[in-house]
Amino acid sequence: MSTLVNHTFDVEKLRKDFPILSREVNGKPLIYFDNGATAQKPQSVIDAVNRYYSYENSNIHRGVHTLSQEATSAYEEARRKIQKYIGAQLSEEVLFTKGTTDGINLVAQSFGKHFLKVGDEVVISAMEHHSNIVPWQMICEEKGAKLRIIPIDDQGDLIMDEFKQMLNSKTKLLSITHISNTLGTVNPVKEMIDLAHEKNVPVLIDGAQAVPHQKIDVRALDCDFYAFSMHKMFGPTGVGILYGKKEWLDQLPPYQGGGDMIKTVTFEKTTYNELPHKFEAGTPNIAGGIASAAAVDYLNELDWEAVRAHEKELLDYASDQLKTIEGLRFIGEAKVKASVISFVVEGTHAYDLGVIMDKMGVAVRTGHHCTQPLMERFGILGTVRVSFAFYNTKAEIDTFIKALNRAIKMLR
Amino acid sequence: MSINERQEEVIEEFSMFDDWMDKYEHIISLGKELPLINDAEKKDENLIKGCQSRVWLAADLKEGKVHFTADSDAVITKGIISLMIRVLSDATPAEIAEADLFFVDEIGLKEHLSPTRSNGLVSMIKQMKMYAIAYQTKV
Repeated sequence: MSTLVNHTFDVEKLRKDFPILSREVNGKPLIYFDNGATAQKPQSVIDAVNRYYSYENSNIHRGVHTLSQEATSAYEEARRKIQKYIGAQLSEEVLFTKGTTDGINLVAQSFGKHFLKVGDEVVISAMEHHSNIVPWQMICEEKGAKLRIIPIDDQGDLIMDEFKQMLNSKTKLLSITHISNTLGTVNPVKEMIDLAHEKNVPVLIDGAQAVPHQKIDVRALDCDFYAFSMHKMFGPTGVGILYGKKEWLDQLPPYQGGGDMIKTVTFEKTTYNELPHKFEAGTPNIAGGIASAAAVDYLNELDWEAVRAHEKELLDYASDQLKTIEGLRFIGEAKVKASVISFVVEGTHAYDLGVIMDKMGVAVRTGHHCTQPLMERFGILGTVRVSFAFYNTKAEIDTFIKALNRAIKMLR
Repeated sequence: MSINERQEEVIEEFSMFDDWMDKYEHIISLGKELPLINDAEKKDENLIKGCQSRVWLAADLKEGKVHFTADSDAVITKGIISLMIRVLSDATPAEIAEADLFFVDEIGLKEHLSPTRSNGLVSMIKQMKMYAIAYQTKV
């Protein structure tokens, strides 16, 4: 594992922690600019998965034998590490899920079933990922509640005045993305949480795109729920975290029934287990949970101020280079942006650009990025998206710009 | 010319290209050249929605043979469509329904027919076969 001291940021040294970054794709060195979809894993995370299956594998929370005890300790230790990392007050406020989508569905179903009534309103925004739209549509339809959408301006910023007017006595929940996966917009979530709380409206933050770029602090934010995925923060796939304030989680009914989530079961009546187990039915992704601790260990070693500065440099450098390309239009020019850039190029289709750049070893995302309503807002069908992580470099951006120019030349 | 003979012809044509650049430049030029479909046929009923690119497909039965026209908004997809049409169009419904499209693999474009690409091509081929099967009852 890398150790970073004295605020140095040695990107070449960090890159060595990620074995995949040294492979080739189509005969060219891989340039991985699809970090918004999933981030690469450091060797320590890969080793943790391997070690679990090689030495520790057994089911947790039930066995009396040594292996089960060891696996349970490691899994619960991971929960505590994540708790500390995100600044949660209690470990039972940290629920293991399958991912962000799973966490949002949990809140939509549990909160929705318990609190939503006909005529109530749930507020989301125009820049949400389908994962933060569809679960709300489903529960609102079921309950006769209304989904309200905070509009955005042409730059990709939320129109805050409209949001303020939307909050009323019928508003039951605000569910908003921290950072837009398509536009890179960093939303003023703290301000929104405070505004919502003034009206006694609880807030769920979709943090999927925030966790790779910053260390979050759920207590400083004062959010009621915060959902994210480990795989986007350099951890394993298939594991997510839903943070929820204890006062809310205690009030919510379980989402799924099964093993581990019960206290006693008879055919007449089942009583539920305590937090967090009430929401964790069935054998979880144990390897993933344990390896998540390795990811958190890794991130704890990072100098996040240096990461922020490096990513800002990548964002500005790439944006300046892209500006020189004739007919290129940025989709998303918000005031505060994460290192995510979406664009379209006149006379070309995003799919074609993606296919040709892949041949040159450059991995970008193309399409609607699971934000079709947002695409409609901008009157387009899709974009090319590049999303940087702290291990990306300016030299990679130079190669990407060359590849893009070559692709445009072939296509026009 | 049978469907298999046409496939052999495409394979031979593509054997001239040494590297991917030449090959893709050829596919792009095929995509650009062909006026593939009447605007009137670019209606929603003929639209095959892929996640990445959109494909329109229309079919017509004339004197016992099926004729396809198609289009896409992405030019690489369009180039591959033009090869599909060259191979499958102007054949009998039975020939099309039974066709084994080995040329795609041979010319190294298999990745474009992977469902994960979701460019509409896999659905388009399925739809071409469906038309052929439907027309079999009419000839």
